[in-house]
Amino acid sequence: MAEIELRDLAHRYAGAADWALRPLDLTLADGEIHALLGPSGCGKTTLLNLVSGLLSPTRGAVRLGDADVTALGPRERGVAQVFQFPVVYETMTVRGNLEFPLRNRGVPAAVRRRRAEDVAARLDLDALLDRSTRGLPADVRQRIALGRGLVREDVAAVLLDEPLTAVDPAARGALRDSLRAAHRRIASTLVYVTHDQGEALAIADRVVVMDHGRVVQQGTPRELLTRPADVFVARFLGSPGMNLLPGGVEAGAVRLGGDGRRVVGVRPEDVRFAPADGAEGVAADVEEVVDEGHRRLVLARIGDRRVVAAVPDPEPAPSPGACRVTFDAARAVEFVDGEAAS
Amino acid sequence: MSERPRDDRSWWLVLPVVLAVSFSAIVPLMTVVNYSVQDILSPDQRVFVGWEWFRKALRDPELHAAFGRQLGFSAAVLLIELPFGLGLALLMPRRGALAGFSMAALALPLLVPWNVVGTVWQVFSRPDIGLGGRAARALGLDYDPTLDPVDAWATVLAMDVWHWTPLVTLLAYAGLKAVPEPFYRAAAIDGASRWQVFRHVELPRLKSVLTIALLLRFMDSFMIYTEPFVLTGGGPGNATTFLSQTLTRLAVGQFDLGPAAAFSLIYFLIVLATSHVFYTALTRREREEGR
Repeated sequence: MAEIELRDLAHRYAGAADWALRPLDLTLADGEIHALLGPSGCGKTTLLNLVSGLLSPTRGAVRLGDADVTALGPRERGVAQVFQFPVVYETMTVRGNLEFPLRNRGVPAAVRRRRAEDVAARLDLDALLDRSTRGLPADVRQRIALGRGLVREDVAAVLLDEPLTAVDPAARGALRDSLRAAHRRIASTLVYVTHDQGEALAIADRVVVMDHGRVVQQGTPRELLTRPADVFVARFLGSPGMNLLPGGVEAGAVRLGGDGRRVVGVRPEDVRFAPADGAEGVAADVEEVVDEGHRRLVLARIGDRRVVAAVPDPEPAPSPGACRVTFDAARAVEFVDGEAAS
Repeated sequence: MSERPRDDRSWWLVLPVVLAVSFSAIVPLMTVVNYSVQDILSPDQRVFVGWEWFRKALRDPELHAAFGRQLGFSAAVLLIELPFGLGLALLMPRRGALAGFSMAALALPLLVPWNVVGTVWQVFSRPDIGLGGRAARALGLDYDPTLDPVDAWATVLAMDVWHWTPLVTLLAYAGLKAVPEPFYRAAAIDGASRWQVFRHVELPRLKSVLTIALLLRFMDSFMIYTEPFVLTGGGPGNATTFLSQTLTRLAVGQFDLGPAAAFSLIYFLIVLATSHVFYTALTRREREEGR
């Protein structure tokens, strides 16, 4: 159990012209679940492999707790890692798999047995303990792989690289709950890499948003949704992301227009509709209403700009045609040159 | 279903295969079966003798001895070539320019015609002019494969190992390259030793290619003919005379077509049965899991 501290860390793959990970400083607090979130190729897996020691950085340092582990290999680092592809040793039983990392570190048999059974109970594997691992479905295999990560008492951190990708969508929720439950019990630092924001926001205490080898923003899910650091985070988070319109927040109201350097971001949930013959807000044209069951998505147009509004189920949604829209200015965010204005 | 008109004309499309297989396998095999139950005195003087030749072949001490040598040879070949080939595959680089080079260098013996292999080793092992023979003499060994049965066996085995280990290596190498990268990473994280990586990650994934290697090497070694025929001529004495050479001597040398036919059928059944046993034993577990 330890804080993970990255100092001026950067990585460039051999023969590559560009940085896979640009120099960054990042601290991942002890005992929390951190999600590394970003589109494919943003450097999140590279960052994870630098922490586990599977890669050694082109420059910078990795610290686990008080120790600088930059020069150590994955074996000596005391981190556990679970991969996208569920790795299970088919030559062993489920119990053998869970005890394997402990046996390799010389943990006594009685302790091994207790830890394996403890982790198995937490991951719903107790009924399978003495079964062969052959022919098990992907979600159970991934539970076993997770178990091998969580079973060790000496780990400073457990790193998970898109662990739910290979798992059947129906089994993902249960596996995520098991993971949270196991984390509550073990309370080690957990780093969870994903490109799925729903997964990141659901599981993490803190999310690190990455793009093009940079860390764009680090914060709680609420902070990221309400105070995005730049237009990338604003667009990337939420489903759908923020509406970005030229304009700003002036005297407690959203004012549209301007040269485009200033942009105002409004969540779809904060867009309201008013009658077309009123004086409130700005004139818009509703093009389509998509019923998602629990809410309606209203696709509208203000001039040549598209705006998406989310209307929760019981509220009435406007019909296609002319109308006016207003924005919740208190929750709007202003960006200047792409960065959030303070 | 019963109303659908029957049309079996597509069976004619199978005809080319039937013809090809007939000429390549069925007709020769039936000819051998025909010979095996007759005493052929001359092309138009034949006597039906029933199981006589089979009974004789099964009691023939010369055949028993050849069979024993053959089993010993195949067992030695498998015991040496499988671990050795696998070990070489584990040592080979998996990527980079060196990977292609080592693979090409390794495959060279496989490209040499079998009688040339025999000739090369025959010259190589000669104590008077051969590099190997001279080197063994220089080391103080009393080496002469034309006189000493042990030396002859060692030379024939060395030749087969040189010739065929690359096949095992290439098969194992292909299997190793197919092991997904996350397995190695997970094993590193779990603190597995090199031996454990081999035992729990690599070996389970090599099972099917090693089964194929085992079957190929068993069948080939059990029917070996050309190389020892050229290298030692079966000698000294009968020390390196294996089954196929005994059979050829019987059929072509003494022209005993009936006994030779009976013997070759027994030989064929042994190869078939042994291969089947190997195959069944090695794939049984997978079939049990498939259920």
